[in-house]
Amino acid sequence: MAEDLFLQEIINITLLSLRVSGTAVLMGALIGIPVGTYLGFRQFKGKKTMMRLVDIMLKSIVNTFMGLPPVAVGLVVYLLLTTSGPLGWLGLLYTPAAMVITQLIMVIPIIIGVTMSAVGSVEKSIKEKALSLGATENQAAWLVLREARVGVLTSIIVAFGAAISEVGGIMISGGNIRWLTRTLTTAIVVETELGNFNMALTLGAILLSIAFVINLALTILQLKGSRR
Amino acid sequence: MIALEVINLSKEYSGRLVLKNVTFNVREGEFFVIVGPNGSGKTTLLRILDLLEDPTSGKVFFDGEEVDYSKDRVALRRKIGMVFQQTLLFDMSVYDNVAYPLKIRGALTKVDIEQRVMRMLEDVELLGFEQKNALTLSGGEAQRVALAQALVTEPSFLLLDEPTANLDPKNVSIVEGVLSRLNRENKTTIIMTTHNMFQVERLAQRVAILNEGEIKTIGAFRDVFGYQSPLAW
Ligand SMILES: Nc1ncnc2c1ncn2[C@@H]1O[C@H](COP(=O)(O)OP(=O)(O)OP(=O)(O)O)[C@@H](O)[C@H]1O
Ligand SMILES: [Mg+2]
Repeated sequence: MAEDLFLQEIINITLLSLRVSGTAVLMGALIGIPVGTYLGFRQFKGKKTMMRLVDIMLKSIVNTFMGLPPVAVGLVVYLLLTTSGPLGWLGLLYTPAAMVITQLIMVIPIIIGVTMSAVGSVEKSIKEKALSLGATENQAAWLVLREARVGVLTSIIVAFGAAISEVGGIMISGGNIRWLTRTLTTAIVVETELGNFNMALTLGAILLSIAFVINLALTILQLKGSRR
Repeated sequence: MIALEVINLSKEYSGRLVLKNVTFNVREGEFFVIVGPNGSGKTTLLRILDLLEDPTSGKVFFDGEEVDYSKDRVALRRKIGMVFQQTLLFDMSVYDNVAYPLKIRGALTKVDIEQRVMRMLEDVELLGFEQKNALTLSGGEAQRVALAQALVTEPSFLLLDEPTANLDPKNVSIVEGVLSRLNRENKTTIIMTTHNMFQVERLAQRVAILNEGEIKTIGAFRDVFGYQSPLAW
């Protein structure tokens, strides 16, 4: 019976982790890839000095936010969602949704940043070639994105890796409630504190396996993507 | 009938004039060749004609219509094919590379596209290469794919920037064969640059000499080069 519960809790925790980080990354990709493509693509235009300045500012901001401390994000989300906060009426604090929001804020800059540099490093001549063959601006942008696909995929995997191993942010906004908002990372923290090393080590092994799979995918991608 | 008219075209790069009052006409269906030493402005001129670069001053007319370089130029560009000096193909199969210009126009069915692409690959003698990734091709093969990309849409104007540099004699003759047939049968107006004087003699109806951004002479090969042996170049 106790064995059963042990297993059940581990499955519950693992699935919640995958679901929260997966949802955050999926939503982050839907926002981050178009924005990153736009920003990466823009540098081809930069003729006017003013536009170039705006461009540099935007890109520096994105790069700064790529290294956002998760704890700080968690705190901001907490303050927004807490009962007396501006979005308190949504009643989302200490729910998986709050954790998704936290990780979403974290992964969007990562996805934008990596996509942006992948798109930006596709040769300018690829875009010109597409235009010369009769592509519209949008068709040319799509082609550049396609040429940058390895980098774009990388951004998603890197973002997922960051999200699944993040602990500070979801601890604050999710509250680490057993069976409800307890994820692999937050569970490891609390089980270690309680001296349940059996549980903590099992969860740690699962987290490590996920990290390994992510890195395996990244390595394969990089090996495959070195044609040009 | 005049198909292309270039009037007083100049181009400046950071204060340096690389094209100076370039003026010439090309007749419909003519094979027009531009020769000139490295850095004389050939590529710059072709890039302006392909609407990739804006001229600093001067006018360009295609089929009697002046090009407005400040406007969206997709429609006009779709009548012009260009083979670049630096071959650059997309990271996809040879087939998809050649089909790309047809796909983005969205006017043909899949079956029609396939028919055209295969015919084009046959012309450049690359049948059997369809499924190969274009980035794994040899230089000569890649250059022929680039030619197929530019020709598959049957453009009215064809701009060729040293299309046979880096090719062996066999490949040169394949490319030249395709070009002369195209010029003869489709009446495609062709503007080509080259350093190969034999090629000028074989293909050109008229030739222009560009030097330091200025057109020095224009005329038939015999008139331009007189008794001077082509070997002297
Ligand atoms: N984007 C650019 N910015 C600045 N200078 C340029 C640019 N493009 C070309 N130039 C200069 O313009 C001049 C003409 O270059 P262009 O490429 O048109 O010569 P070309 O006749 O095609 O030479 P080649 O036979 O070597 O291909 C060169 O001096 C070159 O350095
Ligand atoms: Mg050149």
